[in-house]
Amino acid sequence: MSGPEPDFDVIVVGAGVAGCVTAYELAGRGLSVALIERGETPGSKNLSGGVLYCRAMQEVFPDFLTEAPVERIIDRNRVCFLNPTSWVGLDYGDERLHQAGTAVTVLRAHLDAWLAGQCEDAGVMVMPGVRVDALLVEDGAVRGVRAEDDVLRARVVVAADGVNSFLARDAGLRDRPPQRHLAVGVKALVRLPRETLEERFGVAGDHGVAMALVGDCTQGIGGGGFLYTNRDSVSVGVVLRLDDLTGKRATAADVFDHLLDHPFVAPLLAGGELVEYGSHLVAEGGEEMRGRLVHDGLVIVGDAAGLTINSGLTVRGMDLAVGSARAAADGIAAALAEDDTSAAGLAGYERALADSFVGRDLRTYARAPRFLENERLYGAYGTLAADVLHDVFHLDGTPRRHLLPTARAVLRGSGVGLGRLARDAWQGVRAL
Amino acid sequence: MKLPPIPERLAGNRFVLDEDQSHIVVDQERLRATGSDERIIACCPAQVYSRAADGTIAVEYAACLECGTCLAVAAPGSLTWRYPRGGHGVQFRDG
Repeated sequence: MSGPEPDFDVIVVGAGVAGCVTAYELAGRGLSVALIERGETPGSKNLSGGVLYCRAMQEVFPDFLTEAPVERIIDRNRVCFLNPTSWVGLDYGDERLHQAGTAVTVLRAHLDAWLAGQCEDAGVMVMPGVRVDALLVEDGAVRGVRAEDDVLRARVVVAADGVNSFLARDAGLRDRPPQRHLAVGVKALVRLPRETLEERFGVAGDHGVAMALVGDCTQGIGGGGFLYTNRDSVSVGVVLRLDDLTGKRATAADVFDHLLDHPFVAPLLAGGELVEYGSHLVAEGGEEMRGRLVHDGLVIVGDAAGLTINSGLTVRGMDLAVGSARAAADGIAAALAEDDTSAAGLAGYERALADSFVGRDLRTYARAPRFLENERLYGAYGTLAADVLHDVFHLDGTPRRHLLPTARAVLRGSGVGLGRLARDAWQGVRAL
Repeated sequence: MKLPPIPERLAGNRFVLDEDQSHIVVDQERLRATGSDERIIACCPAQVYSRAADGTIAVEYAACLECGTCLAVAAPGSLTWRYPRGGHGVQFRDG
């Protein structure tokens, strides 16, 4: 490589999950790595709903569950259609999920601070409080970053700068995503005395529950609500697809307040104390919004690469960030060993990603975002399910009918129609 | 449960205010011409944007949660929104 000597082998921008794991893996290979973070401390700019599927993380940190600041192990999953005055849900608890430690709730300011600490111990130079303003581009290749008045050079730069992805976008390497591929997440952290929380949510010890809510909780706007139990607090929030939010002329803060007031949610949080209020943009496009992830001297990981999956039942981002970080570290190490940091030299990252669980799961759920744009999911189907069950449970003296004719009558009255229901069900089965 | 109005809600968060510069700059004309003014008012969870008495958009940049939603819904060119300078802006204690 010509030009001035690089300051580092690799500069990673952004100390979130993707950035920290990339830096950690590269330092473990003996490379000199800087991790630049704009927050006062690593984690202070980071926010997520809060469920981390942690298999990939355990491959990086074998003692993750006992060493990292995790809140509760999620072994109970509830999925609910919330209608204005009724709800219908699925409640799945399984001891096996606890034993395996499949998923945990996390609070990112704590988790990411821990991850950055692991990086530091591995020899990464962690630089908090520094905003990277732009990529340093010379002869069409990325050679480092510009941060306030400084220039820092590296053989490879990793853009782990989150969903807004300014670095790649400003350099013309990523398009502005359409509104239907983005959602705004609004979240409150509500503290409850631990005994109260455990009683209300039916959990104990380090067991926890994750609830996904859909329907009136978002006032019919594409997206959903969530309630996740932490040790002595609850993460509660909504995620609202931007095209639908603006199309329906709704107000994000009002929709969030509407969820808190819902008769299903309100008693769970009653008497709680607001600890923190935050928001975060969520990439929702799945496979379709991924784009190119390597350029000359640059690699894009995690949210910055649009790596998220919403399967309707599981909402994932952090585990994909870990997967992309590991694939990126492999690709970067190979490129540096060959002394070829061009896009072609770094392409091992894209191949490793495609072969990993990240690429496979993105392809599996490639149709999910389209399916989840179906507005009947956020209104008609919740009330339909409740109306069928109402006819079953509300014994008002009228003669009983079998379930099937009951359902058929409700369907006829709903305006959805059997044909449409069958088509939606078929598409759902194929997409999810 | 009911939470207090947004400003009181945000009072529990930790913010490091950049006294010298706002990270948000709006083009009033373009915001209005493209209908972006209504969208950023509605979509911002922190209610950073409001309509002033003279009809222009007022920006309370100190309350920004830095999600980037406004930038995503505003027409290109109507809003300049960057992250605050290093170490400034919202600092989540839990996240």
